[in-house]
Amino acid sequence: MEGRFGPYGGQYIPETLMNAVIELENAYKFYKSDTQFQNELNELLINYAGRPSILYFAEKMTKDLGGAKIYLKREDLNHTGSHKINNVLGQVLLAKKMGKTRLIAETGAGQHGVATATVAALMGMECEIYMGKEDTERQALNVFRMELLGAKVHAVTSGTQTLKDAVNETMREWVSRIQDTHYVLGSVMGPHPFPTIVRDFQKIIGKEIKEQLMIKEGKLPDAIIACVGGGSNAIGAFHEFIADTAVQLIGCEAAGLGVDNPKNAATIANGSVGVFHGMKSYFCQDEFGQIAPVYSISAGLDYPGIGPEHAMLSDIGRATYVPVTDDEAVESFEYLSKTEGIIPAIESAHAVAYARKLAPTMESEKIIVINISGRGDKDVAAIARYRGVNIHE
Amino acid sequence: MNRIEAVFKDGKAFIPFITAGDPSLDITEQLIYAMESAGADLIELGIPFSDPVAEGIVIQKADERSLAAGTTTDKIFDMVLRVRQNTDIPLAFMSYLNPIFAYGKDRFFKRAVESGIDALIVPDMPFEEKGEILPFCTSYNIDLISFVAPTSKERIAAIAADAQGFLYCISSLGVTGVRSEFSTDIEEMVSLVKATKNIPCAIGFGISTPAHAKKMASFADGVIVGSAIVKIIEQYGTKCVKPVTDYVRQMKAAIL
Repeated sequence: MEGRFGPYGGQYIPETLMNAVIELENAYKFYKSDTQFQNELNELLINYAGRPSILYFAEKMTKDLGGAKIYLKREDLNHTGSHKINNVLGQVLLAKKMGKTRLIAETGAGQHGVATATVAALMGMECEIYMGKEDTERQALNVFRMELLGAKVHAVTSGTQTLKDAVNETMREWVSRIQDTHYVLGSVMGPHPFPTIVRDFQKIIGKEIKEQLMIKEGKLPDAIIACVGGGSNAIGAFHEFIADTAVQLIGCEAAGLGVDNPKNAATIANGSVGVFHGMKSYFCQDEFGQIAPVYSISAGLDYPGIGPEHAMLSDIGRATYVPVTDDEAVESFEYLSKTEGIIPAIESAHAVAYARKLAPTMESEKIIVINISGRGDKDVAAIARYRGVNIHE
Repeated sequence: MNRIEAVFKDGKAFIPFITAGDPSLDITEQLIYAMESAGADLIELGIPFSDPVAEGIVIQKADERSLAAGTTTDKIFDMVLRVRQNTDIPLAFMSYLNPIFAYGKDRFFKRAVESGIDALIVPDMPFEEKGEILPFCTSYNIDLISFVAPTSKERIAAIAADAQGFLYCISSLGVTGVRSEFSTDIEEMVSLVKATKNIPCAIGFGISTPAHAKKMASFADGVIVGSAIVKIIEQYGTKCVKPVTDYVRQMKAAIL
């Protein structure tokens, strides 16, 4: 069935929004095979976002870990500093073709909000971003970036004041104003067609990895590792390889203070099947179906659910999802900075952390690709605080 | 005739909404009896949810108060079971899908029927997804209430054709909450429904004054009022029963 990934996905939203998602689905189906649309998007991806992003051989890291060869897919080098721009360019171009003049979006770490505000500026559209109040504090720099780009940022004070509440509030805003407004959903989540659209706009990551590695090594990687909140950078990196069953696909969830501590956001490890934010998937929740107040140092992974395609990939065993704690992520944030001179986003540092465990267990002719989904400038102040240094941003 | 059909047989229906357990399940029970005596024809009980995306701030806060007071689905069923020993007033549950899902669908419906629930309203389950719940509603004989919205347009005929009990007609865009302006197409929405199926239409979202209620009731079969009542509960807390009763009496009088 369309919009389903096994039993997951679907369209669990208020009736008021149904025609909006149907209109979006129809527009997407049309423009997906429209050459002019694809050319325009390609042009933007190359000349605005700076694609393709490079695939970098991390030689020092490889030597240091003494196992598999490690490559880094440098999505952090894209314009705006993360993979989020891939999806935003696609969705905003689509929204524009649909005649929408106003964009709304949720953001956690602020990367998706910044990408949306950026493309809104580029295309001359109105833009409002919803961000949990707690996140506006831990990612203050990104709030100012969005404002600088001309967007209005709403600090969401309901619930846990983080990413899930930002999604709630953006959905509420969309129900209130549909006609001229497109909701630029930032991850492979929400109601159909979003998980499919966002994945399609992100799968360029895996396509490039395949081509680039073929040139450098003449073969497929043995493992691809990516961090997972909603899961857009991970599905983008994985999708091209789903049929290549020899390639291990590993998603790294935020385990916060540990999977056995209530303060975590590891959905596959701790969640159960439910329906929330428009989709059926796994969610961290209590026995009565109340969504759990999750926690991670990473605002971008601090989300109680996971995209429906990941839920399916986990069920069928095609992808594996592993928990990574705050401590491990911070240590790997520092490790990659010192070892390779690359400061990764704290989100991406979760993937680096697991790669550091896996690489030494693999032989030296094996290859691991880590998706560095974003850059870490935005996290420097938070990491300093974590280490007890109070710096003014 | 089931209890829901009886709701609409004698004139226009007044349907109040309250969040179960706000501020306590004991007060909810008292409110049910009091609202019935004040003229309520059907009472909609919200099962509180941590993340009610279709609700405005007033009902969001009611859900928070209820959950903070320790309300659970089990305790709500126990309360409804007590209520049923004292009254035959028709009762509908309003619940997001996840609490039903987490409870176990079969177990949820079994307890709903045992405790005397007549209808179920699920704001995050549109027509396309009703297969999640409809088979259970059918086998347990509980009406599944569908929504139509100002944006539904060509969807109205299909939704109306399959509708049970009554149709919940959403007055305007947006989430729940008191408002002063309504969609101008509500009357047309109701007539589109009626052209497909002769089923009662109750209008909800934003209605707060007797004048609103009177206007809506002039072309619909009932009005649903939530946030305006929940605001009174928020204001008066444990002393809310009397002011809510007075309000319900006034609203019912306006649509007679």
